[in-house]
Amino acid sequence: MKAGTTGAACTAVLVRDFALVWRRRGDALNPLLFAIIVVALFPLALGPEEAVLERIAAGTIFVAMLLAMLLSLDTLFRSDLEDGSLEQLVLSPHPLALLLACKIAVHWLTTALPLVCIAPFAAELLHLPSPVRPVLIAALALTTPLLSLIGAVCVALTMGMRRSGMLLSLLVLPLLVPALIFGAGACNAAQAGLGYAAPLLWLGAWLVAALVVAPLAAAAALRISLT
Amino acid sequence: MNPLLLWFHKLGSPPYFYRFAGSWLPWLYAIAIVSGAAGFYGGLAMAPADYQQGDSFRIMYVHVPCAWMGLFAYLFMAANAFIALVWRIKLSEVLAMASAPVGAAFTFVTLVTGSIWGKPTWGTWWTWDARLTSELVMLFLYFGVIGLSNAIEDTRQAARAAGFLAIVGAVNLPIIHYSVVWWNTLHQAQSVSLIGPSKIDPRMLWPLLTLAFATHVYFFASVFARARAALVELESGKEWVRALASEPAHG
Repeated sequence: MKAGTTGAACTAVLVRDFALVWRRRGDALNPLLFAIIVVALFPLALGPEEAVLERIAAGTIFVAMLLAMLLSLDTLFRSDLEDGSLEQLVLSPHPLALLLACKIAVHWLTTALPLVCIAPFAAELLHLPSPVRPVLIAALALTTPLLSLIGAVCVALTMGMRRSGMLLSLLVLPLLVPALIFGAGACNAAQAGLGYAAPLLWLGAWLVAALVVAPLAAAAALRISLT
Repeated sequence: MNPLLLWFHKLGSPPYFYRFAGSWLPWLYAIAIVSGAAGFYGGLAMAPADYQQGDSFRIMYVHVPCAWMGLFAYLFMAANAFIALVWRIKLSEVLAMASAPVGAAFTFVTLVTGSIWGKPTWGTWWTWDARLTSELVMLFLYFGVIGLSNAIEDTRQAARAAGFLAIVGAVNLPIIHYSVVWWNTLHQAQSVSLIGPSKIDPRMLWPLLTLAFATHVYFFASVFARARAALVELESGKEWVRALASEPAHG
């Protein structure tokens, strides 16, 4: 690809971010461990009865995955802000929204995709009935990119302060209520033997809208934070 | 220039707004107190007791206007944040941030009075009804805006970042509301029936509308007072604030 084109810039961002994650691959495991530990805490707190765990399995896994992703969100732009590369992205002649979309995609592929992959394992821990598992994976596959996208907008807004910490969860979680309702709702409907297509389709529609709007919003938010 | 348009342009200037809001403040407070007192008298003393709920329905006269104001304040905040981001009007940033705590307070009062009302009528302090849940989520959105604006040191940047969040929240508010309604119907919660707005007795209705008017006026009075304080703080190095500080004390 010719140097200097937007395509080359996007490739450069993708390659750089993947390389950064690969060099600190131990850190990439932390969200997975966190999610598994949170899932494991529920049987310890509620008792090991299969019927109880079956009932709460889908919701618990959803909440655990969302919290695990939330913890990893702050790293999305933080190190780039500290070493100055984020300013270079903002100053570059290429569309900032597109470059941020590349960064968000890398974040999703390196933190959310592994989480979706271990979902069947977490489902086994909580005795989620096996017919519900494909629905759980589909719902997670639609919900986690939403979280990456909406989270990116909120993270971009918090770049103006030194540490975002708890505040980030206060910003992101209320916006994610619909994702949680539809995602866990699809699993609960499947578990109750009801149709689960409608909530999944809603999630898909919302994801498509977020894919278009969220990178633009993140770019606008980042420009606000860095001025 | 059209005099109305000229006045509107002038209003965007901090010193002009400071004087304008200052001269209106006592009137706004007076109107709010008088109409609020009339509404409360009408609601608490004159309106007949509800045939089903007895006197406990009278908390509606606090609950419903506050619920309306919680939503109105959010829209006011988001609209001002939008104006601030598009046209870079400093006053809109200040107004947006000034309305956030007021709106949060109204939403909080709505939740508290709703739960007090719920105890005798529904038999529980809290139920995961769709309206209650979306009201709670809106309170969290308010807290997010307030938290973000407090956490960023530079006031103007804080106002713009928190304003952006308010706009994102405003876009998401309908989605949140309808998803909560959907979630609630899926769960087959207890069927809650409030008094239908169309069936309300006129003797019960006029105090409600009077109180809604009073809370609107109070909202603007409160936002103006907050905005004046914020403007003086923001422009503390400017000539007009120094002139103000050297003047003898007055209201």
